[in-house]
Amino acid sequence: MTNTGERSTSERIIENLNRALHALLDGDDRVFFLGEDVLDPYGGAFKAARGLSTKYPDRVLTTPISELGFVGVANGLSLAGQRPIVEIMFGDFIFLAFDQIINFAAKSVSMYGRRVPHHLLIRCPVGGHRGYGATHSQSVQKHFLGVPDLDLFELSPLHDNTALLPRILARDHPGILFESKVLYAQPQLGEGAIDDLFTCEFLDEERMTAHVFVDRDPQAILIASGGSFPACWQAARQLLLEHEIEVQIVVPFQLYPFEVQSLAPLLSTAPALYVVEEGTAGGTWGAEVAAVVAEAWPHRAPVRLIHSADSIIPSARHLERDVLVQPENIVKRVSTDLHAIHPRSHHQ
Amino acid sequence: MIPPANLSHPVSSANASACPSRETLELLLLIRHFEETLLRLFQSGKIHGTTHTCLGQEYIPVAVMPLLRDDDFVFSNHRGHGHYLARFRDPEGLLAEIMGREGGTCDGVGGSQHLRRDRYISTGVQGESLPVAVGAALQLRRKKRGGLAVPFIGDGTWGQGAVYEALNMAALWNAPVVVIVENNGIAQTTVRSANMAGNIEGRARAFGVEYLRCTGHEAEALQARLAPELDRVRQSGAPLVVEFETRRLAAHSKGDDTRTPEEVAALRAIDWGADYQARWPEIFAEVDARMRDRMAAIVEEVESRALSSWSNR
Ligand SMILES: Cc1ncc(C[n+]2csc(CCOP(=O)(O)OP(=O)(O)O)c2C)c(N)n1
Repeated sequence: MTNTGERSTSERIIENLNRALHALLDGDDRVFFLGEDVLDPYGGAFKAARGLSTKYPDRVLTTPISELGFVGVANGLSLAGQRPIVEIMFGDFIFLAFDQIINFAAKSVSMYGRRVPHHLLIRCPVGGHRGYGATHSQSVQKHFLGVPDLDLFELSPLHDNTALLPRILARDHPGILFESKVLYAQPQLGEGAIDDLFTCEFLDEERMTAHVFVDRDPQAILIASGGSFPACWQAARQLLLEHEIEVQIVVPFQLYPFEVQSLAPLLSTAPALYVVEEGTAGGTWGAEVAAVVAEAWPHRAPVRLIHSADSIIPSARHLERDVLVQPENIVKRVSTDLHAIHPRSHHQ
Repeated sequence: MIPPANLSHPVSSANASACPSRETLELLLLIRHFEETLLRLFQSGKIHGTTHTCLGQEYIPVAVMPLLRDDDFVFSNHRGHGHYLARFRDPEGLLAEIMGREGGTCDGVGGSQHLRRDRYISTGVQGESLPVAVGAALQLRRKKRGGLAVPFIGDGTWGQGAVYEALNMAALWNAPVVVIVENNGIAQTTVRSANMAGNIEGRARAFGVEYLRCTGHEAEALQARLAPELDRVRQSGAPLVVEFETRRLAAHSKGDDTRTPEEVAALRAIDWGADYQARWPEIFAEVDARMRDRMAAIVEEVESRALSSWSNR
């Protein structure tokens, strides 16, 4: 695995993530990596850890099937001044470690009366589309919203993990990086043209909030979780080409706390605002974003939520498809809403 | 009073030489062909999702399931096709489930690792079922009809704290749980020496839970050895851990095998299938061909079915 710090044009997202992990372990001997089946040659169920155990054998621990236990061990390493990274094999199993994440990692930052740094990054592959069934497909993000001192992030094709992961781990409190499993094999993108229509720029200096657009006057903005970006992108192309509706997409790397300031210039122009995520209905990330936007711009039209159905994730492909958000759901929702607001002739 | 058995003596079927009944051989080879068929269907892209085959371990459910009654609870895991087939002899329902076709056990919602039928339930979360088995067992005990709760787990699942919490409660409360451990020496890619300190016997005994080790792969001999032990649990309620030493012949799921071809070949050389074939070639060949044909016919029939619908949400 190369570790040159350069982005090769054909890099896949899993390779970018792997490169980021290599750089972290390489640059700082306080960084540990723990998880199930993470040793070479396997390198973890999704191969994010490839090469790590060969290069850093004393700081890469392959664990027993003990999620509560090894997140606790990571907490102990952190308590002892180290900077552990933990891999949860499938996001659904992060629930086994809930106590260590909420009651220890997050709370111990402030519950002893004065702030105590707690460096910890938990990587958590999530999401469906692979037919693995209910215990291996959930988008678990919403269950971690609203915890003091627990930051939530999401992998996307647009964000450079080699730049962002070190910053997460440098924060004085724990974070979880959710990673949509279907992204791993896709090409790593970034600033500039991402296809014949859309361009990506970042709205902030830290390059945390990506903005994907055609030109500057959209009829709608989709705020997309990283994992739902590919569906939003496909929907945005279709909306433009088939419905003449220009939609821009904003992809925040940080899901929670949701930073609204960098969006201010956009929100004043776009009439319609949607939040798109793969998580299922009820207590969603989108609801949190909507609340933050409503607080900041009380007179804006309400934010609309696009998410998966109120359901477990079924196994069979055709049943799973019906539950999870698809590009056509986004196209249909946005085109129906906007045609109702502005009849089509208005745009011609 | 039933005299306590000398449980520390390992049970082995190695010396038994009786030819298995046709019925036993049929079930063993049905499971084998079912699993091999699944791997082929995956390779040809006809199945989507994941699967964990029990190739090499088929004889364990074949030994255990006939000892269970309809009112016993069975808790299966990710590697559960053999458990299901030995309990229900329903390859059509299971294949339809995995292929998302009409007539699947759970309408295609559950898939390979999430099956439920009568008192049989499986899940893909390791170790989760053990405390649940204790609860089910407590109610069985209250009913005083000798029912059992029987979870199947692998050696790797002993990493989960829930396993120990469950053993403790089962022993404290005399819950008739029989934990069947399929110790194939590997968990996904992690070999036992990398994830287990001590051993399963010591862990069970630490809670005062009875323990029985089973080696060998003759389903009927193992069944005969287990029968009185299960009866004892039915009467006393005292939980039992049964550890089978076994081997996983195929990849963890579809293609993710980190073992060398030599290691796998060594396991195949001591496989029950190879052994049975050498010892009882005629009946083996006859039943093997029949089960192969049967599976081929089942695939054809199930493939022609419509996609499942999820009506009972
Ligand atoms: C709580 C939990 N963590 C991780 C996994 C992923 N996983 C599935 S099977 C498996 C290995 C299980 O090993 P073992 O219990 O020995 O059973 P075997 O696969 O050998 O039959 C792992 C790690 C899981 N299903 N559940």
